[in-house]
Amino acid sequence: MPDFYGTTLSNGLMLGTAQYPSPAILADAFKRSAASVATVSLRRESGQDRAGQDFWQLIRDLGVHILPNTAGCHSVKEAVTTAHMAREVFDTKWIKLEVIGEEDTLQPDVFGLVEAARILSEDGFQVFPYTTEDLVVADRLLQAGCEVLMPWGAPIGSGLGLNNLFGLRAMRAHFPDVPLVIDAGLGLPSQAAAAMELGFDAVLLNTAVAKAGDPASMADAFAKAIKAGQLANAADPMAPRDMAAPSTPVIGKAFLT
Amino acid sequence: MKIQLNGAPVEAQITTLADLLEAEGFGGTKVATAVNSTFVPVATRADYALEEGDNIEVLAPMQGG
Repeated sequence: MPDFYGTTLSNGLMLGTAQYPSPAILADAFKRSAASVATVSLRRESGQDRAGQDFWQLIRDLGVHILPNTAGCHSVKEAVTTAHMAREVFDTKWIKLEVIGEEDTLQPDVFGLVEAARILSEDGFQVFPYTTEDLVVADRLLQAGCEVLMPWGAPIGSGLGLNNLFGLRAMRAHFPDVPLVIDAGLGLPSQAAAAMELGFDAVLLNTAVAKAGDPASMADAFAKAIKAGQLANAADPMAPRDMAAPSTPVIGKAFLT
Repeated sequence: MKIQLNGAPVEAQITTLADLLEAEGFGGTKVATAVNSTFVPVATRADYALEEGDNIEVLAPMQGG
């Protein structure tokens, strides 16, 4: 595994914490999958029910790395302020930077993303930018101080998988030494395996696990698929070809008519 | 003094952000604060004087993807 800002992860599964049927099922999904990272958010707290405090205790008990996000932010200022608040609450320099630019696709506003990434990197944050597979944007993010890139597989919550295989393959080839994470859009473990087979270093997902009928089993399935894909990539897959090539030797075949 | 706390109007008889948090039940909680869209770190809450019409956000850890 590559390191993410100096942190080596035990595996390539980054798992979201939203939309589970219950806190117990959330905890079970993390336990079964041994996911190495949990993504979390910040929302308004009530001084009466203090719901966030119980959640924070649950997350701490998981014993995983915490990656706070700026989900729902549509401007640079909003994302930067949210990042500062997250750094204080979660006591981490890591920030999953989202600057949303389009409501139907939740596509990142890559212009705002680059600007926010620069501001936060200069302020000591370790930025995990949610971006597209655009190589020029990726390069700008690296120039802005990012040492990790997180291109989308497909729109958040869509479960469509890897929409642009060519673009993702190009990204891997273009940035061979940058840790790359597929963030969002995965629906099935086979899609996570495909991402790892392409040479990606991790996948980040939430809905595919949380909205499965049995989230803990699905989390386990994703963990196994990620491991399989990673192993396959390391084993140097054969090159595909258009024509058939017999696998059974032709030499020595009986001459029978 | 009328202020907005997480989008709701509050009539507060206090002067600092730290006092407001204590009065509104946030004592001892893990929260981050912003006033008028500007982050206010924990260390400065006790000295942060609130003013009429201030918009205060108090955020806590929550589920996220």
